Amino acid sequence: MKILVCVKQVPNTNEVKINPKTGTLIRDGVESILNPDDDNALEAALQIKDKNEGTNVTVISMGPPQAADVLIECMAKGADDAILLSSRAFGGADTWATSNTIAGAIRKIADYDIIFAGRQAIDGDTAQVGPQIAERLGIPQVTYVEEVLKCEDGKLTVKRQLEDGYEMIEIPTPCLLTAVKELNTPRYMSVKGIYDACEREITVWNETDIPVSPDEIGINASPTKVYRSFTPKPKGRGMMVEGTPKEAAAKVTEELKKKHFL
Amino acid sequence: MFEKKHEMLRKLAREFAEKELEPIADEAEKNAGYPGELWHKAAKYGFGGITIPKEYGGTGGDYKSLAIVVEEFCKKDAAASSLLMSNSLSGAPYLYYGNEEQKQKYLKPMVLGEKIGAFALTEPGAGSDSGATQTTCLWDEAQGCYILNGRKCFITMGPICDYAVVFAKSNLEAKGTRGISAFIVEADWEGFSHGKPEEKMGMHASVTSDLVFNNVKVPKENLLGEEGEGFKIAMGILDAGRVTVASQGLGIAAGCLDLAVAYSKERVQFGKPICKLQDVAFKLADMATEIQATRLLVYDAADKLDKHQRVTMQAAMAKYKAGELCNSVAYKALQIHGGYGYMQDYAIERMTRAARLVSIYEGTSEIQKLVISGHLLK
Repeated sequence: MKILVCVKQVPNTNEVKINPKTGTLIRDGVESILNPDDDNALEAALQIKDKNEGTNVTVISMGPPQAADVLIECMAKGADDAILLSSRAFGGADTWATSNTIAGAIRKIADYDIIFAGRQAIDGDTAQVGPQIAERLGIPQVTYVEEVLKCEDGKLTVKRQLEDGYEMIEIPTPCLLTAVKELNTPRYMSVKGIYDACEREITVWNETDIPVSPDEIGINASPTKVYRSFTPKPKGRGMMVEGTPKEAAAKVTEELKKKHFL
Repeated sequence: MFEKKHEMLRKLAREFAEKELEPIADEAEKNAGYPGELWHKAAKYGFGGITIPKEYGGTGGDYKSLAIVVEEFCKKDAAASSLLMSNSLSGAPYLYYGNEEQKQKYLKPMVLGEKIGAFALTEPGAGSDSGATQTTCLWDEAQGCYILNGRKCFITMGPICDYAVVFAKSNLEAKGTRGISAFIVEADWEGFSHGKPEEKMGMHASVTSDLVFNNVKVPKENLLGEEGEGFKIAMGILDAGRVTVASQGLGIAAGCLDLAVAYSKERVQFGKPICKLQDVAFKLADMATEIQATRLLVYDAADKLDKHQRVTMQAAMAKYKAGELCNSVAYKALQIHGGYGYMQDYAIERMTRAARLVSIYEGTSEIQKLVISGHLLK
């Protein structure tokens, strides 16, 4: 079985702040990490590999050269191969152009049974790239996968998370699944995995290596432009008023008087 | 000095320590031991064989890698370096002095987390002075084996070890350390008994006891190295062992600093967090500076080990400095915690008790000074 896992290197948003003047993310000194949902996607692929001898897991990412770091991390966890799509021509891509690029690379790979992707990336929260890749490749997809129930020859049975319940879905391969964090607990890298991964080469493809036309990739093929990004201003501090309704009303009235509203 | 793999190992060790060690550190201290599944998990991710070659189940990594993992583990739980002992005291005698059969039979299962080993050198009357060893392991021609008698004390993993490398006199006529040999002794052999677990001041999760031998029959093939080589074997692995203990001291110090920084930001007195008080802030600055200086000393020694340079003096310096440092940093960090730091609910209390051991075991600070001054004055 051949499994592809789409991953993204993202800033650790727990540490990211927004520059209030420019409205852009302050990424200086912020650690870059493997997108958490993608880690669940990789784990799902590795669990299938653990149970099915001969399974090959290839991770694929689009990003600047330093995005190779997350691919090495994926290999240190057990992925067999890694492909980085990296070129200035890919820069500034929105989800439309990104999914075009990744789907192009997957067309070149051609031979695969399952594509896993994380539900969404923590730096954009769009949840669009996975589904768009499936659309471009013309393969079936299930989003919000919480459990892979069965993995048989030519088909999978998965449990899909909904807001108010679940769907059990049988899906033929090749297909694309997007993973939610409830799907599994990702494993750590291993010591041996790190040593081996650091010795291995990562395949790097640019726009000439994959079957895409120049007008389908990068910033010029991106209809979405982020006009401004900002954090809403924090609201003022609230005050808890305790006591019976009558007492509470008295306290509120007093406070409002103090502030000259009454 | 550091490569990509070292950065990644630090990330791995930090994550493992935060998710697997820190949450159970207090419980392991109270229960005096780690759950079996933690040993298996640590082995599964390869921590048991960082420096052990692949043919024996390890990675064949360098000493810097081991030092990094020890540092990160000990930031969260000082006793957790005992999970890594197959890389140092428990495993190194086999790796450097064992034959192929001994390595496969005893080293590999330790690396894979299936067995626990121990290193039994210290005796009630022979601590720093190995020449005073009284345990004997004498060849008995009639029985066709060695006969081991005696008692070892303060043996890390003693209560739970499956086997141990035991240093004993095999030649009663040779003087001092010359008649000492090393033997691999299995715990389920007749006459082998584990002593009562010691009730120590700290590091409870890293269990310690006597090992007692009463006419234990040791087959000839369980002699490690050559007869009379025991002291050479013990000394031969000491340098690497000292760098590992120095990394432990470094980790404890760095962990205490982390605790002190966090607490000083949270604790409000006189209307502001106490980190805003200059005395507290300057204490933190002193601690951080000393830790960084020690870190360079420790990793320099580890780097020299990796380059196969002689490091006896550097290892002694690193061990001496880190052993003393973790005590002084723990003291200051507890002082910053005030009364709360004296309570067992706070990790600094556990870390402070643990620190006290680092300047004592695997050669006291005074022995390290003897080694350092010996090099200066030779």
